[in-house]
Amino acid sequence: MKRFATLFNTIDQSTKTSVKVTALAGYFAEAEEADRLWTVALFSGRRPKRAVTTTRLREWAAEVSEVPLWLFEDSYAIVGDLAETIALVLPPNSETSNQSLSHWIKALRDLSNVDDLERKRFVLRAWKTLGGTERFVFNKLITGGFRVGVSQKLMTRALAQSTGKPEAELAHRLMGNWHPDDVTWHSLIEAEDASADASRPYPFYLAHALEDGPEPLGDPLDWRAEWKWDGIRGQLILRDGSYFVWSRGEELMTDRFPELARAIDHLPSGTVLDGELLVWQAGADKPSSFNTLQARIGRKTVPKKLLSEAPVVLHAYDLLEWQGADIRTLPFTKRRNLLETACADLPADAPVRLSPQHRFAEWDRLADIRATAREENAEGLMIKRADSPYLSGRKKGDWWKWKLDPLTIDAVMIYAQAGSGRRANMFTDYTFAVWHGNDLVPFTKAYSGLTDKEFIEITAWVRKNTQQRFGPVRQVTPHHVFEIAFEGIQASSRHKSGVALRFPRMKRWRQDKPLQEANTLDDLNEMLRIYG
Amino acid sequence: MTRNPVLTFTDKGIYCPAGDFYIDPWRPVERALITHGHADHARWGMGTYLATHAALPVMRHRLGDISAEGIAFGEVRQIGDARVSFHPAGHVPGSAQIRVEVAGEVFVASGDYKIVDDGLSEPFEPIKCHHFITESTFGLPVFRWAEQRDVAAEINAWWAACAAAGKTAFLGAYALGKAQRLMTMLDADIGPLLTHTAVENTNTILRNQGVALPDTVLANGELNPKDHPRAIVIAPPSALGSAWARKFGPQETGFASGWMAVRGIRRRRAGDRGFVISDHADWAGLVSAIRDTEAENIYVTHGYTDIFTRYLNENGWNAKVVPTQFEGETLDQGEEA
Repeated sequence: MKRFATLFNTIDQSTKTSVKVTALAGYFAEAEEADRLWTVALFSGRRPKRAVTTTRLREWAAEVSEVPLWLFEDSYAIVGDLAETIALVLPPNSETSNQSLSHWIKALRDLSNVDDLERKRFVLRAWKTLGGTERFVFNKLITGGFRVGVSQKLMTRALAQSTGKPEAELAHRLMGNWHPDDVTWHSLIEAEDASADASRPYPFYLAHALEDGPEPLGDPLDWRAEWKWDGIRGQLILRDGSYFVWSRGEELMTDRFPELARAIDHLPSGTVLDGELLVWQAGADKPSSFNTLQARIGRKTVPKKLLSEAPVVLHAYDLLEWQGADIRTLPFTKRRNLLETACADLPADAPVRLSPQHRFAEWDRLADIRATAREENAEGLMIKRADSPYLSGRKKGDWWKWKLDPLTIDAVMIYAQAGSGRRANMFTDYTFAVWHGNDLVPFTKAYSGLTDKEFIEITAWVRKNTQQRFGPVRQVTPHHVFEIAFEGIQASSRHKSGVALRFPRMKRWRQDKPLQEANTLDDLNEMLRIYG
Repeated sequence: MTRNPVLTFTDKGIYCPAGDFYIDPWRPVERALITHGHADHARWGMGTYLATHAALPVMRHRLGDISAEGIAFGEVRQIGDARVSFHPAGHVPGSAQIRVEVAGEVFVASGDYKIVDDGLSEPFEPIKCHHFITESTFGLPVFRWAEQRDVAAEINAWWAACAAAGKTAFLGAYALGKAQRLMTMLDADIGPLLTHTAVENTNTILRNQGVALPDTVLANGELNPKDHPRAIVIAPPSALGSAWARKFGPQETGFASGWMAVRGIRRRRAGDRGFVISDHADWAGLVSAIRDTEAENIYVTHGYTDIFTRYLNENGWNAKVVPTQFEGETLDQGEEA
């Protein structure tokens, strides 16, 4: 565990990618194979099966530290990370251990076969033996969520350095639903036939936001445009007579979208599509709102009723694999032609549709089209360079998203709560209200959009202007007005205000605006009428 | 019949009616007793100041032409009907707890304190009392300080690695107290010790009053960084990354504070490295200091007041939160941590 803890510290203490990549590459060159494999797994969001509940962990930590449970919980609320709170609150370790990372993982896995008492004995023993970062890492192995500043891209680069394999190939190998319990370092990273897994998706290519309009992109004829749909990005894989659906977050969602199974009847094996999953009612001329889709995403299995109420289709906009061949390096127009050919004969009720392209010869024309996006339940436009290959990750230059300007409303901050992680000890999560007569009605929370400096200023203000505390939440004197930006608005019976916002965030701190001039519930309802 | 309490908490600060004086007031008053020279305790505009002989020179430097009087540790002074004495708080050189006795009832206002001996400040002395006013800056059980020599080893290892890589090590620390404490922890064999003007001004004052500090080189505008390879520079946090600091070329920055114990804060605040070292008591330190006073009544100020007070009440003390304008809870604005 020491070697991994050292790696973790080096990465955690640095903001420089070169330092992180060097540390990782060094680790991959030296660590034992099982540790390497687990390190790749942990840094790509995989983790051992949870052996102990967090409730038990909290109880045991409080017991060993001789603090009451409420005090442990209050400390956790301030530190913001359970694994770290436990590591800090426990007495210093009295012994040390030379066991490896994979040893501890295996030991944790074996806990599933023993009773609670034995589990407790093991965990307490580990806490006694591991100190500092090692103890923190051990706790993280149980609680999950290694949020350390290592992107998949960065880890892939380090792997490329230490193995001599190309980054793109490694990125592809690391995709999909592999787990260190089922693969070896050799089969995952080194073996010749890496495409053996039929479910393995391609890394998604992500667009950059276009902030100042498309004119700087040059000649409009070099570009293609389509709606930026307000659904979820998905990759549909048809191989060996099976289908697989992957989310952009690399989550396998096949079981959630059983209607896509019929794609196998219409498209040949050896096809991989990139597109948007949308709820689209039969005969409708536009997709249903994102809210309808949300009901589907939340369900691991779908009841029949929901399946007929909220049918999902994939609007395909790119073709990554055709007739079993990876065609990502072909120019976009060529891939698009193949995609159009593939989709040409799809019946109207097929679960896959071709996402249409917009015709335009001038940017002004495209701006007019963008202005109608909200009517189509789209978020704006995607603009893609005609000759662009399908890259992986967020690479600037070829793919742009040109979103609609958000809706905005001026609201009053009424509650504040401390953030966690990097924002521990700062008040960064706020609840906002609008006027209803002389009352302030809460309608949304937001926690992003301000600078660190602004958060620090508001934090100091919150401390001096707290009226009441409800656990970690502080009710503050209504005083500050913020412009809240959001992407959509829906009626909601779960919220006191009767509305739910999509992607709310703070656009500006309106220090110029008096409290009384914040918007009203009537204003919000008017927006609901127009855009809901 | 209720008599006047020995100390009361007012909107100007802690007040003693029997002696008509305030302790660490935050608004101008006629007579102020000051625990130590940090800016949130020793404020400008008081009619007269009383502080320890060791605290006064820095206060005079910071506050300018003030009417001030010094007192020795342990010296008893009668002010009106109050018997007053100052006792070491271990926070920074010259820092004191103030003991106030009226008609046999004893209050101790401890200001900021730590109970470990940092080798520089007069070590903390527990004072028996009926009423103890305590800070709670780090009043959570997650705060547990490592031995000073272990932190010293960590800092020296970092400095040596910087020196070996041809980088200047910048260590951010508050000018009074923390900066000098760090200086005494550094291993002079690694390289030269440079100081920012604000730190060196305080060094000069402390040296003049007989505090032993290692040799330093003032890193002002005339200094050529190339003449001082392998250097560590001690500077106030605000100077890290400034135009002045950038003149030193390749560098790493570290920040030394108790807040660095929390990873989230460390990542937000620390530059390259965060070192966990504080001039405040950690959780165990607070609890043991309170126990040693044998006081029944505890008044909890700046810090995690609600939480710490609840803990004390559950464990047999009669504890209360007292309002303060000290921003002890903050990390980003406080003078010292």
